[in-house]
Amino acid sequence: MAEIFVIDRDGVEHSVTATDGWSVMEIVREADLPIEAACGGCCACATCHVYVAADWLPKLPEMSRDESNMLDEAFQVQDNSRLSCQIPFKPELDGLTVTLAPEF
Amino acid sequence: MSATEPQAAPTTDAPIRTDMVIVGAGPTGLFAVFEAGLLGLRCHLVDNLDKPGGQCIELYPDKPIYDIPAIPRCTGEELTNNLLEQARPFHPEFHLNQQAESLTRLDDGHWRLVTSAGTVLEAPVIVIAAGAGSFVPRRLPLPGAAPFEGKSLHYAVRKMEHFRGKHLLVAGGGDSALDWLLSLQPIAASTALVHRRDEFRAAPDSVEKMRALVAEGATSLHFGQIAELHGTDGQLEGVTLKQTSGGEERIACDTLLAFFGLKMELGPLASWGLNLERNLITVDTEAFETSQPGIFAIGDIATYPGKLKLILSGFHEAALMCQKAHKYCRPDQKLVFRYTTSSTELHKRLGVAD
Ligand SMILES: Cc1cc2nc3c(=O)[nH]c(=O)nc-3n(C[C@H](O)[C@H](O)[C@H](O)COP(=O)(O)OP(=O)(O)OC[C@H]3O[C@@H](n4cnc5c(N)ncnc54)[C@H](O)[C@@H]3O)c2cc1C
Ligand code: FES
Repeated sequence: MAEIFVIDRDGVEHSVTATDGWSVMEIVREADLPIEAACGGCCACATCHVYVAADWLPKLPEMSRDESNMLDEAFQVQDNSRLSCQIPFKPELDGLTVTLAPEF
Repeated sequence: MSATEPQAAPTTDAPIRTDMVIVGAGPTGLFAVFEAGLLGLRCHLVDNLDKPGGQCIELYPDKPIYDIPAIPRCTGEELTNNLLEQARPFHPEFHLNQQAESLTRLDDGHWRLVTSAGTVLEAPVIVIAAGAGSFVPRRLPLPGAAPFEGKSLHYAVRKMEHFRGKHLLVAGGGDSALDWLLSLQPIAASTALVHRRDEFRAAPDSVEKMRALVAEGATSLHFGQIAELHGTDGQLEGVTLKQTSGGEERIACDTLLAFFGLKMELGPLASWGLNLERNLITVDTEAFETSQPGIFAIGDIATYPGKLKLILSGFHEAALMCQKAHKYCRPDQKLVFRYTTSSTELHKRLGVAD
């Protein structure tokens, strides 16, 4: 079974089973980890903001214009910031590590 | 996009009496106007946004929806426009840019609802179609921000005069940020714009005008994110910026206007004495009435076993709700079930009688 690692806002790491074809946001949300994802994955809210571990960044699909525009409404955006609803999980991402960005 | 700031100065006007007051002009509230209208009931709607449409207009106006029965595809904006068109024969009245704040029961059993703008509405029926709550501006999530809010840190512009002669810092890269920067620049003592990156999602025309101001030295432009506010007793003196290029910068300013989009917040209706379950209002599935007689909840805000937060569920709930609402509004009238296809009475109400 593929999995991803999610570091919560207290710094605790959770390993979560990852389903092919789900977005990383959906994987985090369905594991009952605290991610607001107010717009349900439509790239319309920026409340699924995560930081991606550096070595995984180049393996992710490129950021769309929509996603970088939406990131403007997030806080504490860093070079490794992504909106997790815009990252579809695929087998090559087995082991991906993301950190949940602060809530606002 | 705009929404009123949570606090406002109420000025109480004479009450408006109607059949139904709908809190929330999202798709559910708009369709409730139509269903109520067919039964001969008049509606007033209150919404915090500056336009009807709720999530459809605020969050995804250009995105396609595929699961509205008999409409294979429409955008959030098209759905809103169609609902407005459908409701038009019933002359709904909108009270926009204001939040429904308090709800009290009058001696005659009717409800009185007062908004943040001081509008007073009285009706036998209140319909809460409030989605996930009112759209309110996102606040700066900095630990020290609260004392400045409403004094020298603002999330919306209520009166332009307020900004005359100020050393203004505007934060954001969208239309609100740029539009207000351009409008306030002529009356402010100085203006500065801070945005995360050298790319703006605001309308190209505004971006061009902003760049022209920067080029002639009338406005300064900074790339980074606000990390700290400085000042005392709510009076801002400057901010520290974490620059996108890596360093830190301090910008002097006495007023900060921050635009980070809107979010939905349950708001005042949490204290209206209704049964809540995880920030949703519990209702029966016969009439979608709450624990208070005469107060109904429909759409995303309503919950019951099996609830699906879909637009089509809100439509169904609106139709059933109106049947019972009619009893409160016209206690002496018997309601007869009729189709819009064939009823001359309904045709008259719809304005399609020949
Ligand atoms: C990106 C996205 C895509 C979606 N796609 C679909 C889809 O394809 N199909 C589908 O069926 N659904 C979809 N949805 C869900 C759908 O938009 C909601 O189910 C629908 O908007 C709910 O309508 P509503 O009228 O109940 O509430 P809302 O649309 O949330 O409207 C509620 C309104 O009430 C106002 N309000 C609340 N409290 C107050 C107050 N106290 N005072 C004043 N105003 C107040 C708010 O400002 C808001 O405008 C989508 C949602 C999102 C975010
Ligand atoms: S869930 Fe809203 S942008 Fe990802």
